[in-house]
Amino acid sequence: MASVTLAQSLNEALRASLRDDERVLVMGEDVGLNGGVFRITDKLQAEFGEERVVDTPLAESGIIGTAIGMAIYGLKPVCEMQFDGFTYPAFEQLVSHLAKFGSRSKGRFRPSVVVRIPYGGGIGAVEHHSESPEAYFAHTAGLRVVCPSTPSDAYSLLVESIQSPDPVIFFEPKRRYWIKEEVDLPVTTEPMGKAVVRREGNDVTLVSYGPMMRVALDAAEEAASDGIGVEVVDLRTISPLDVATVLTSVRKTGRAVIVHEANVSFGVGAELAARISEADFASLEAPVMRVGGWDMPYPPAKLEEEYLPDVDRVLDALDAVLNY
Amino acid sequence: MRGVVDPASIPTDSVEILKPDGTLVPDHGYELDLKEEDLREIYRAMMLARRADQESTNLQRQGELGVYTPCLGQEGAQVGAGYALDAGDWVFPSYRELAIAMMRKIDPAEILHMFRGTWHGGLWDPREHGYMYLSVPIATQMLHAVGFAYAAKINGQKTVTLACCGDGATSEGDFHEACNFGGVWRTPTVFLVQNNQYAISVPITKQTAAPTIAAKALGYGFPGVRVDGNDVLACYAVTKEAVRRAREGEGPTLIEAVTFRMGPHSTADDPTRYRSKEEEASWRARDPIDRFTIYAEGEGALTEEFKAQVEEEAKEIARHIRAEIVGAGPGPVDELFENVYSEMPQILEQQYEQFKRIQREREG
Repeated sequence: MASVTLAQSLNEALRASLRDDERVLVMGEDVGLNGGVFRITDKLQAEFGEERVVDTPLAESGIIGTAIGMAIYGLKPVCEMQFDGFTYPAFEQLVSHLAKFGSRSKGRFRPSVVVRIPYGGGIGAVEHHSESPEAYFAHTAGLRVVCPSTPSDAYSLLVESIQSPDPVIFFEPKRRYWIKEEVDLPVTTEPMGKAVVRREGNDVTLVSYGPMMRVALDAAEEAASDGIGVEVVDLRTISPLDVATVLTSVRKTGRAVIVHEANVSFGVGAELAARISEADFASLEAPVMRVGGWDMPYPPAKLEEEYLPDVDRVLDALDAVLNY
Repeated sequence: MRGVVDPASIPTDSVEILKPDGTLVPDHGYELDLKEEDLREIYRAMMLARRADQESTNLQRQGELGVYTPCLGQEGAQVGAGYALDAGDWVFPSYRELAIAMMRKIDPAEILHMFRGTWHGGLWDPREHGYMYLSVPIATQMLHAVGFAYAAKINGQKTVTLACCGDGATSEGDFHEACNFGGVWRTPTVFLVQNNQYAISVPITKQTAAPTIAAKALGYGFPGVRVDGNDVLACYAVTKEAVRRAREGEGPTLIEAVTFRMGPHSTADDPTRYRSKEEEASWRARDPIDRFTIYAEGEGALTEEFKAQVEEEAKEIARHIRAEIVGAGPGPVDELFENVYSEMPQILEQQYEQFKRIQREREG
């Protein structure tokens, strides 16, 4: 077994995809010679050339718009948005074209574009570098939204996203880029659209994904010392949501808490809470609770610890549903 | 002065080959390779487009289309550009390029489904026509044309893409990004801006302070050409040269075809609110079909018999459009559920089942 970081496994997933399918192309700002600001595309240009690992002009709408044209031709572009907060100039191309192409062409075109977005906070970055925009894209019909939390999932889900005929918004939790896992690549984990139970427990279900998985697992560990069994579910895919796996757990525990970095209001937690109550209201012993970023713009780095959900905030919510 | 770029140094005249009176401009500098049969084909394409366009406006006035965006007056720019393309090239249109669409053998009725509200951007298979679906968000399609051209280029194909937009679109960020990407990547792309003077009601003078739209090409490192958009021969000649450059790896060209939208932006607006009768009259005197007809007749290319034949074909297209559109309904609603993703997600399946159940209950 090799010790692999999440960043390395993404790099290997891109390398394998470029090697195995000549339609695959990597494009974005600084992805070539520099290997990306997080080194996710490190050395790919040297191996696959400038035509397939493309340093683009600095223009996000241009990156996604030209990628759509390439996909219409039949290529499979993998685009890098340098940071979460810089995705917005591409919003029109993503929402008005990429998401709608399959539908408006009656399935003739499935623009197979993957949009990789290093995302989330907790790394002490300056303004606009720590955002969690997943709800915008999960709200948009036609897009798939994926967010791995482990190196092995990062590899497997990225390879699968590139192979997917549908466009995929691929959120990379940047504060987890350097976590390590003992794993031999290539690796295939559970497929896209499938959530997994990371820790078993009988008292309460704690659902999370991507950057907040560490906090969720730490909170579960802390609760265990008080004799509380927390079952932790990693969504892995935000759209489409694997409600079935969450429901199986909730039917056992009767309680659910959802934690994500993004603002609480109108977020993934709201959707999941609604789905749980719609599907099996009777299984709930308490209202579904949400833990997320406060409803405010992302704060300056020196205040981000006050904003980001932490173990205490998760434990507070677990207490609330257990004592309801 | 050293280091200064002066807008006053930009030429504001246009390439002209055919004068409004139907005579050729002496020493126009372009080699015309058009034979009589080409002149007939150009005449035919303009006449058929004009008739189909008129029928579309009529259908809207009669309540059969929700809205329509006429291309009346712009047939010269469109047919000139369209005639310079090969069958294997690809057009990325906005929503006003009916003449080019028909040249790409697209059934105009299939375009009108968008305006009737029976489908979105088009029903045809773009791969069979080299003509992408209509794009409503302004200038967004320009980037698709550049990306497609890039893909064709790195795959060693000689495909050229024609990216179409209007003068208003040149204010959009995507227009800039498309030209910039195309310039940097030297893609085989021809950017065709039909400067029809107005973006709905806003005149070109309020759209840009640049001396011409063609001048913008300088900022992207490729040539720009301003051409009389109502001169189909000039539009053909400059597009043919742009296509040649693109196909031979010399990169993009920006063509500004100076023309006039004789009708409204769409059937929903009233041009008398924002432009004068005098302005319209001056452009009517520069009609692209009139001057070409005089020229082609002078060349002996248009017999009365041929013109009658085109007239009959135009009537037949109008009849066809009318027959296809009047009373036409949308496709099955099931398609909406089926095509969002390659496989229907569970939540959408549930919604589909709910939809069908309520339908059944309503009918039962």
